[in-house]
Amino acid sequence: MGKRNNLSRRKFIQLAASVAASGPAISCTGVISPWRFFTVEEARTVEAICDHLVPADQDPGATEAGVVNFIDRQLVGHLKRWQSAYREGIAGVDQTSLGLSGKKFVDLPAGKQTEVLTALEKGSAPGEVWKRRSPQEFFELIVNHTMQGFYGDPRHGGNRDGISWKMLGLTYPPVRGRLQYDLTKPSNQKPA
Amino acid sequence: MALKQVNAVVVGAGAGGGIVAKELAQAGLSVVLLERGQWYSAFECRKDDLRNQRTTALGNAFGPDDDRNPRVSVDGEGKERVVRPSEGEYHNNAACVGGGTFSYGAMAWRFMEKDFRMRSTYGAPEGSTLEDWPISYQDLEPYYEKAEGEIGVSGDDTNNIFRAPRKKPLPMPPLPPNREHQILQSAAEGMGLHPFDIPMLRNTVPYHGRPACMRCRWCVGFACEVDAKCGTHNTVIPTALATRNCELRTECVAKEILTNTPGRVTGIAYFDAKGRLQEQPADLVVVSCSAIESARLLLNSKSALFPNGLGNRHDWVGRNLQGHAYSGALGLFDFDVYDDQGPGASIALCDYNHGNPGLAGGAMLANEFIRLPYQFVRVRPPGSPRWGLAHKDFMRKWFRRHIMVQGPVQEMPVFDSRVQVDPKVKDYWGIPVARLSGRNHPHTIEIGKYIASKAEAWLKEAGAIQTWLMLPRGGLSAGQHQAGTCRMGNDPKTSVINKYCQVHDVDNLFVVDGSVHVTNGGFNPVLTIMALAYYASEHMVKTWKGTKFR
Repeated sequence: MGKRNNLSRRKFIQLAASVAASGPAISCTGVISPWRFFTVEEARTVEAICDHLVPADQDPGATEAGVVNFIDRQLVGHLKRWQSAYREGIAGVDQTSLGLSGKKFVDLPAGKQTEVLTALEKGSAPGEVWKRRSPQEFFELIVNHTMQGFYGDPRHGGNRDGISWKMLGLTYPPVRGRLQYDLTKPSNQKPA
Repeated sequence: MALKQVNAVVVGAGAGGGIVAKELAQAGLSVVLLERGQWYSAFECRKDDLRNQRTTALGNAFGPDDDRNPRVSVDGEGKERVVRPSEGEYHNNAACVGGGTFSYGAMAWRFMEKDFRMRSTYGAPEGSTLEDWPISYQDLEPYYEKAEGEIGVSGDDTNNIFRAPRKKPLPMPPLPPNREHQILQSAAEGMGLHPFDIPMLRNTVPYHGRPACMRCRWCVGFACEVDAKCGTHNTVIPTALATRNCELRTECVAKEILTNTPGRVTGIAYFDAKGRLQEQPADLVVVSCSAIESARLLLNSKSALFPNGLGNRHDWVGRNLQGHAYSGALGLFDFDVYDDQGPGASIALCDYNHGNPGLAGGAMLANEFIRLPYQFVRVRPPGSPRWGLAHKDFMRKWFRRHIMVQGPVQEMPVFDSRVQVDPKVKDYWGIPVARLSGRNHPHTIEIGKYIASKAEAWLKEAGAIQTWLMLPRGGLSAGQHQAGTCRMGNDPKTSVINKYCQVHDVDNLFVVDGSVHVTNGGFNPVLTIMALAYYASEHMVKTWKGTKFR
């Protein structure tokens, strides 16, 4: 495991890895992460969490909307102050899963995963990490970032093709005003 | 080395400073207008729902930046924390040419007559420094009119029987009503209330060379893509620059106001866009940085004669920090109420600003600006699920079927709600940062509960099938409506500036922004700041023609 969170270092290591695969860039499964911040295992866990927060039904869910990509991108950008919260929080989710059901989060059936998340939300989650970090705060954080990634502007890496806006029947890109506004006709300057 | 002497330096190119710069430049004074932020135009409008001045999940679009501008926030238990501009506890307004007016919702309220006489109307509740203004509505009326005409206001308040007398109608008509407006209007009329079209600093017809609103839903928090929203950046500041008497210097961060041994202001020290320390000598200095930064600049301007900062001989600078205790209600309807017509907010009531039984004031109530999907994520009845399928169902079912009504409750000023300069934390330029502490007065919370109940009653009458309240919390209030930290008054022992916005013991130093508000009205404060700026400028120009402040 042990991959750390330095973008330039990671990029450097990716380059180096093409010449000679070296320790820290490779997770225990031997896979180089295609993500900026997350390891492959972490991303799978985050994906599973986010798909509970915004599940797919007749409309796409969090994963299809690119929410994990949004969080991963922001964790090396504006949200970089939350890197350790994610690194430890994801480990904590697995500790809670192991404590409650004997398996890692991604290996649990959906019903058990919901139990784990509800335990986090209520602050009753078992796990070493949660002795030094609030499970509720981590849960609030990932709920908030998931909603940002699902409903926010696609330019930040989530809400692929504006799918959440389409779900709500809103135009994307937002051209509603512009359609009413034809400056080439002076008599048209008053809004419809 | 000092730069070439000018007549006036105005610090802050927002609602107040932009107007003062223009008035002084037109009167023939040489003016330097300093702005810590950048100069944006309508063409740099990015419709970004995660990065704007209202939703700052990924930062402020129009400043200040998160990396160089910390503040210290002290909570109710005395625990302090360094906060960044995109966090709520920072109480940010904006940092750019135009200040808050570049991205505001642009409601253009005149305060009511009683708003200038709060203490004599109600008496001060225990623990509050509630006071009368030393000037009246009548003193400001001509300047409200000037602001409405020069900056540009649309709307129609003829049905508002509670409004203070005005000599001229608003210069532009209101926009046609959106669906919410129509639903709320008939409900209010049915209740015997007096709904009307909100006055807005927004072109509804081509005005002063700029086009009309195109009614998109991206208004409060965003730059106007077609330049139909009226701020100082697209009205008075260009006029000031056209006189050739005014020089705008952006990305310039004020360090301290300079004084001499007789105790008069000689100019200002600031860091320019390249980070070089500059000294700009001036005959007079006008501080217009909004309530938190104006107080910080005065407090950071220490010298042997002013050991506690300028204007602070009696420890009033930074005191009485206030904003608005927003209170209201949400209602869900079993039919579509959303028609996608910006700016959203359009109908208001002033029935509850004054005359509420047992309460010292109140608030105007209005429907809310349009909510973007991410903003709606937090709009939930208490106790209902915020994630999972229930979350998604709620979004689909209610996004087009909810109305929010709320109002800015006039606050009871609290002496210990304040801005100080932090003894340890400094910003990128090495200047001690603002340290914010305090709480809202319990009576303000009481008024908030009353106002919220009135909002709920309005929604129920309009046909809401489920409603819930949004109540103010007890913590410090400031935010984009920040005010009160350099109180205007006749007594130098209990105020910072006189009735002309002139610092009591330094006659060539002025404060012109929300800082000077004795009380903040039950209204968005910007038009009052603008009116005060015209009013104070007139005094400055008169004095200039006499003594030249020398």
